[in-house]
Amino acid sequence: MSVFKFSRKSLGIPYAVFLVLFVALPLLVLFYFAFTNGQGHFTFANLKGFFTNPNALGTLCYSFAVAAVTTAVCLLLAYPTAYFLASGAFRREGVLLLLFIMPMWINFSLRITALKEILTVIEGNLARYPFLNAVVGMTYDFLPFMILPIYNTISRLDNSLIEAAKDLGADDRSAFLKVTLPLSMPGVISGVSMVFLPAMTNYVVLDMLYNSTYIMGSLIGSYFSAYNWHGGSMIALVLLAIIIVFTLLTGRNEDDGTPGTGGALL
Amino acid sequence: MGISTEKIIELKNITKTYEDGFTAVSDLNLYVRKGEFVTLLGPSGCGKTTTLRMIAGFDLPTEGEILMNGRNIADLPPYKRPVNTVFQRYALFPHMNIYENIAFGLRQKKLPGDVISKKVKHVLDLVDLEGFESRSVSTLSGGQQQRVAIARALVNEPEILLLDEPLGALDLKMRKEMQLELKEMHERLGITFIYVTHDQEEALTMSDIIVVMSKGKIQQIGTPEDIYNEPKNVFVADFIGESNLFNGIMTGPMKARFCGAEFDCVDDVETGTYITAVVRPEDVIITAPEEGTITGEVSSVIFKGIHYEIAVVSGKNEILIQSVKAPGVGDRVGMRVNPDNIHIMITGDNTNYFMADILPDFRLAINGKRLDTSVTKIIRGSSRRPDGTLTDSSGEVIDPKKTRIMIAISPFDIRMTDQVDEGLIDGYISNLVYKGDHYSYVIRTEQGHDFMVADEYLWNMGDHVGLIMPVEKMSFTLKK
Repeated sequence: MSVFKFSRKSLGIPYAVFLVLFVALPLLVLFYFAFTNGQGHFTFANLKGFFTNPNALGTLCYSFAVAAVTTAVCLLLAYPTAYFLASGAFRREGVLLLLFIMPMWINFSLRITALKEILTVIEGNLARYPFLNAVVGMTYDFLPFMILPIYNTISRLDNSLIEAAKDLGADDRSAFLKVTLPLSMPGVISGVSMVFLPAMTNYVVLDMLYNSTYIMGSLIGSYFSAYNWHGGSMIALVLLAIIIVFTLLTGRNEDDGTPGTGGALL
Repeated sequence: MGISTEKIIELKNITKTYEDGFTAVSDLNLYVRKGEFVTLLGPSGCGKTTTLRMIAGFDLPTEGEILMNGRNIADLPPYKRPVNTVFQRYALFPHMNIYENIAFGLRQKKLPGDVISKKVKHVLDLVDLEGFESRSVSTLSGGQQQRVAIARALVNEPEILLLDEPLGALDLKMRKEMQLELKEMHERLGITFIYVTHDQEEALTMSDIIVVMSKGKIQQIGTPEDIYNEPKNVFVADFIGESNLFNGIMTGPMKARFCGAEFDCVDDVETGTYITAVVRPEDVIITAPEEGTITGEVSSVIFKGIHYEIAVVSGKNEILIQSVKAPGVGDRVGMRVNPDNIHIMITGDNTNYFMADILPDFRLAINGKRLDTSVTKIIRGSSRRPDGTLTDSSGEVIDPKKTRIMIAISPFDIRMTDQVDEGLIDGYISNLVYKGDHYSYVIRTEQGHDFMVADEYLWNMGDHVGLIMPVEKMSFTLKK
């Protein structure tokens, strides 16, 4: 009786196949290209090339700057919004939250095109403020990803903790600083990691804003369109290393035993 | 224990109405003396937690004053009040270790570090958690977290410690231990405790004063003994401990008629007054049938460890008895009650209580007359199975022989008729009183059960009448 037995495990098969085909294999290919030259020989030249190329390093720094400023702006906008939405009267409404999430339902290219038109009207010539436009475009695109996790952690906060702080002599401000803020950090961290990393690479936003500045994504794109698979792969790999370090750093912070960490998207 | 006569806190005409219009507490007046252990007791939704939250400052009263040492604090924010709270689910800060949790209040007061660490160590000793300073909250058991919560409140040396069902999340054994510890702590520290619970046993064990609440109002304030022995009304009698409640009438000086017989009692209530008699199950004495004031048939005997819980059916009444000796099920027994164990309450409400018969098809009947309802409608979630048995919502079989249904009906919902057969029950008018806009009658059945009926028309003493009782006006309670 060798009938195929359907178990829970077999539910994982489709994803495993997907994982191998579209994640593991491309990664291997990436590794292969990054550490070989045109003749297929093993080499560190690509790595050395990246760190000795002032253009590439400049782009890395520029991307960092764009991503850092974008993340900071998102955080400044998102935290008060999320706090406001999660507390008091609006908590059960959901309508306001929807207003902030709705942009995500509109097609991305449509949104950015609209933004481009608006910015053109305001600035006249988009080429005048490339850095500002990059940050505005990224912020516009990624803001919901910052609001949602923060909103989730704050709205799940046990209100009696805040009451306990006040009961123990903390006024509104210090109850916020000592209890609400530290306990909402998991949401902030997952928001930051959902904004910072894409902001370093998502060059489509810049392209659509006719933004001529280069970020890491555009750099890789330009290598690939010039058929330089080896150089492009190495940059991608460097980026991957940065992401891993970043995730490890924030991941440790997230894991301090508080319930309801992170906060998934929708 | 030295309870002074000084009022530490006084609530005056406190009303709390929420934005949705729900009134949680209405016109509440209460004071607590310095050093007392006062318990607010009542079922959920009675307003006890809201009252505590208003004292703590989390909720502001819609009306009224809260005087603390004579000063009105009703509108002060929580952090300006000299009270501290132990929360129901502890509310310990998960991002701080035990030391930081306890030091939180002291740090708000900006005390120097060495004073803080001395005080934290002191309270940790007090709650038996020496050396727990650097542990994280999540590594502690429920009982330990509870102790930390108490320590965190006590370290601030509050004038009043508020405890909101602090033992609710603990298991029974732990709860009993903590009850004793809290009581002992109260005696040692001399701080005023205001304690909220729905557990009447907990309240009776721990409190100096119990405040029984229901539907936003205080039902009775008194010592545990007062509350237990002299309940002021039906709600208190029913909520505190188990009790038999019988409607009746005073038939002479210190003589009351209820449950189909005349009993001697010690309360001097005017003859002719309608009363409710409260008899605690442990005060009913089982005798030989011929020696009892009333007789009945034993319908169930349950062993409860230290005593038996015995139900005896006498006429249309069911009497609950606790005794160390158990008769057999089906035995005929006599019952009597010592006069000082009968507590007489004068009640405006004269709801009639009587038992229904359950027919084999699970329909209800009284004196062989069917009611237009069945057990399935009364026990929520129950259903009949094809084999004719009845199961409850969890699928367990309900034994009709072990199930009894009590019917309650107001005197105003019963109509009297000359056509004796039309009534569900019939009897003779044995008493009548004019009550301003209606007459109030006592109808005695042949089995000796009294029914209270209100009617606008005058009937004569001794008339034989039938009592029409609409099913939709009855309320049913299940007794197992």
